[in-house]
Amino acid sequence: MAGSNRLKDHWAEQRLFGRRVLAASIVILLLLAALGTRLFYLQVVRHDYFSDLSQGNRIRIEPIPPNRGLIFDRHGEALALNRPAYQLELVREQTPDVEDTLARLVGIGLLPEEDVERTMRAIKARRSFDAVPIRLQLSEEELARFAVNRPDFPGVEVRPRLTRHYPKGGTGVHAIGYVAAISEQDQERIDVPNYAGTTLIGKLGIERAYEEDLHGQTGHQQLLVNAQGRRVERVGLTAPDLQRKEAVAGNDLYLTVDARVQQVAEEALAGQRAAVVAIDPRNGDVVAFVSTPTFDPNGFARGLTYAEYDALANDIDVPLYDRALRGVYPPGSTIKPLIALAALENDITTPEAQRYCRGAFQLPGSSHRYRDWKRSGHGSVDMHRAIAVSCDVYFYGVSAEMGIQKMHDFLTSVGLGQKTGIDIAGERPGLVPSPDWKRNAFKKKELQTWFPGETVIAGIGQGYMLATPLQLAHVTATIAMRGERYAPRLVNRIRDADTGDIRALEPRALPRVPVEDASHWDVIIGGMVGVMNDPWGTARRSQIGAPYKIAGKTGTAQVFSVGQNEKYDEKAVAERMRDHALFVAFAPADDPQLAVAVVVENGRSGSGTAAPIARKVFDAYLLPPDQAAQAAPGPTQPAGGSEE
Amino acid sequence: MRTEIAGPGYSSRAQRTFTVTGRVLEALHVDGPLLAGVLAVGVVGLVVLFSAAGENVSIFLRQAARLGLALVVLVVVAQVPPRLLRAIAPWLYAAGVLLLVAVALTGDIAMGAQRWLDLGFIRFQPSEIMKIAVPLACAWYLHDRPLPPSPASLAVLAVAIMVPALLIAEQPDLGTALLVSAGGVLVILLAGLQVRYMIGLGALLAAAGPVVWHFLHDYQRQRVLTFLNPQNDPLGAGYHTIQSQIAIGSGGVFGKGYMNGSQAQLEFLPERSTDFIFAVIGEEWGLVGLSVLMVLYLLVIGRGLYIAVQAQDTFSRLTAGSLTLLFGVYVFVNSGMVAGLLPVVGVPLPLVSYGGTSMVTLMAAFGILMSVHSRRKLVAT
Repeated sequence: MAGSNRLKDHWAEQRLFGRRVLAASIVILLLLAALGTRLFYLQVVRHDYFSDLSQGNRIRIEPIPPNRGLIFDRHGEALALNRPAYQLELVREQTPDVEDTLARLVGIGLLPEEDVERTMRAIKARRSFDAVPIRLQLSEEELARFAVNRPDFPGVEVRPRLTRHYPKGGTGVHAIGYVAAISEQDQERIDVPNYAGTTLIGKLGIERAYEEDLHGQTGHQQLLVNAQGRRVERVGLTAPDLQRKEAVAGNDLYLTVDARVQQVAEEALAGQRAAVVAIDPRNGDVVAFVSTPTFDPNGFARGLTYAEYDALANDIDVPLYDRALRGVYPPGSTIKPLIALAALENDITTPEAQRYCRGAFQLPGSSHRYRDWKRSGHGSVDMHRAIAVSCDVYFYGVSAEMGIQKMHDFLTSVGLGQKTGIDIAGERPGLVPSPDWKRNAFKKKELQTWFPGETVIAGIGQGYMLATPLQLAHVTATIAMRGERYAPRLVNRIRDADTGDIRALEPRALPRVPVEDASHWDVIIGGMVGVMNDPWGTARRSQIGAPYKIAGKTGTAQVFSVGQNEKYDEKAVAERMRDHALFVAFAPADDPQLAVAVVVENGRSGSGTAAPIARKVFDAYLLPPDQAAQAAPGPTQPAGGSEE
Repeated sequence: MRTEIAGPGYSSRAQRTFTVTGRVLEALHVDGPLLAGVLAVGVVGLVVLFSAAGENVSIFLRQAARLGLALVVLVVVAQVPPRLLRAIAPWLYAAGVLLLVAVALTGDIAMGAQRWLDLGFIRFQPSEIMKIAVPLACAWYLHDRPLPPSPASLAVLAVAIMVPALLIAEQPDLGTALLVSAGGVLVILLAGLQVRYMIGLGALLAAAGPVVWHFLHDYQRQRVLTFLNPQNDPLGAGYHTIQSQIAIGSGGVFGKGYMNGSQAQLEFLPERSTDFIFAVIGEEWGLVGLSVLMVLYLLVIGRGLYIAVQAQDTFSRLTAGSLTLLFGVYVFVNSGMVAGLLPVVGVPLPLVSYGGTSMVTLMAAFGILMSVHSRRKLVAT
């Protein structure tokens, strides 16, 4: 305070201070102007821009998944329904650390440890703002457990969703198919935005083939959310004029399948590896489509655990395998009526021409004896009798004279060796062999010549020839209609969810079988009626007591090796080396309403095992329910292993 | 003036009440207009805070209690005559520096920085004391010296400012360090620092820029970079700036309405009841609300400068002027930061932001202003 060497001029200092304050005031006003300009820019000039940003901040668009279309049988009985369930969903964008979140979900027992990796992949496959289901159906106890821990799991929420329910369990599962969580592979075949809120997708059968119809159109709604992305309900927060576009439900499907007939067939096949396909020959409607063993599709909509899936996938009986659609079997003797027809059309023989059967056949200049199934032989047989008693020697001879090429061409024109065009995916084409095919099918093409002996065994449906149960039913329906062909179908009516109108689908006609002389049909159909009705007919027992006439044909197919999916087990192998039992038939013979093909793997006897099953199917379909139960024949003894 | 209004013949009840109030205020050394301005801002702050804190009553009550406590501090400080204040000033400064050193050695770690001193019964930030102590000390030093200050005096003042500033910057709290320095610099500027020195100082600062940059912490550099381009890191460092600008901009001219700001209410706006409360006002009350607030601040600043000009000795004048301008600096730094004109620094909006320490400091400063104003005649005679 002392030590000032100049005198203080109070008045001058006060004036100086006044000037400084004035300058400061000006600076303050300039700063205020700058701030004001900035605020004007933000609040007036760019107001709309920032308004949009603030709207975008608080409004989230959430998809409304459509209700999946329902599936009914031909009489309107429900086969696939929707049922509410609580599912756990995760939005990647809103989850701080997905890996850690999943690990903690495992920690509280809401996610199986072994599912973490798969879940992680599923999350990565979806868009960051999509809600990815990580558990499909939570129990009440699990719901409560999550509710307690919810604050620890930002981005994870429980949502009520509709899930798929199959009230009849495994009935018709191979036709209906099932739905399961959308996988990485599925991502490629779907319209991703339209599946934004969808959890389940059709994986098999109709659920898959008609996915587009069943799924519907996803709607969307705007939600008010806070900075954590949680939905908030606040009234009056600056007029949240939230838009909502309702989802359009998927279309309902009416199947051609008759649930009752289907069930009868499945019960008849219980415990066996087998397939039954029943087709209305007049339009291709598939009335029953059975592959056993079946499995419960409900597990897939819930999400199978690894253990459950493993058990199903590695079952020795391969329940997941659709035998009706994808199982290929040598048609055996069931092919004989068509061979006969081919022979007539190619003028190889006449219906009346007799051949003598001594129990074996030899090609000229060859010592190899092709045996008949009846060692003692059938004696002198014409075409009708050859079909009815299933005389192998008759067909060896006819085939050898006709040659493989003509046989191939005719069988192809009937629909063998190619897909029938049924309206579900995965069908196998089977095989009708020919010298051309043989040259290209194996290595060392030049060595692959066709041997006459191969023609001989092709004549009784053995050798290279393969057909699916579906093809056998289709071909039988074609015989019933005397050459008129329709592509098999499982869906014949679609109910539009929007309008409620039911649209009937037209049957899809296929090229007619080129048969010049219509009377030839009478001959082979007569032979098939003989199978069931002649005193020597191989399947006459299955006609007994039926108020309608059946035309059928038995068959046996040799098993050369154990199926590809089956584990080796000595006892099982012995059983699994037995012949497959086949039977095809249609009824009533004079007014065909149903064509049926039955294949029972390792069933040994077409007449003893397969034919009675077909009879039950006919009864179920053709007779009123009360009569059907009475008419069905009791268990039939295999005829001493000596048929066909 | 008040006595004139309350003269005989004007004895309506209102006037009597006014007169009584005036006398009470005078006896308490409280300046009516300044108190009115401060209270207006404080009440606006409480109203806004209620919405910004999501209608949290306990936060509201706590802040109201702080405002009340701070008013008590104001009145208490107002009782201290400027002469006594001048006598205390160097000791307050010395004590503040010692406390800063103590903090540097033992301070509590809060919010990632050593800013707090725990005295057992109370935790406080010594840097807060320095906001007042530095201007007081500078004014004390210049009180008896001829103005404009000599180069030697400037050198002494520079050191007096730098010591606490560096100690605070080391905590690290660059924002407060700059504000504390600003308090001292304002004193020097008001003392009549020659324009040529100002230019020289400006040049020096510009030259020091790169050097300072070198010594900045990473997060501090990040803040500056983010300020220059907030879109660089919209979910990280730029988030505050972007969200506050969205809040202000979407408020428009008239705002979205009280408690209706979606940015604030839905928690998009971070630190909405503390440093970014300005954006809440902008969103809910619009340009109109912000203008009203700025006018209130301007009234407070204007009254403070008026008091400074009226002050009758160098110490009072410099103290009042610098504290008032420092208040203005706070206002502009906070609003400029929230509006995207300045980088994000942790400076609250004075009298409005939630928080106790700065409120008490500010009220103490206003107490000093009132003390200066109410005793000017005594000094003059």
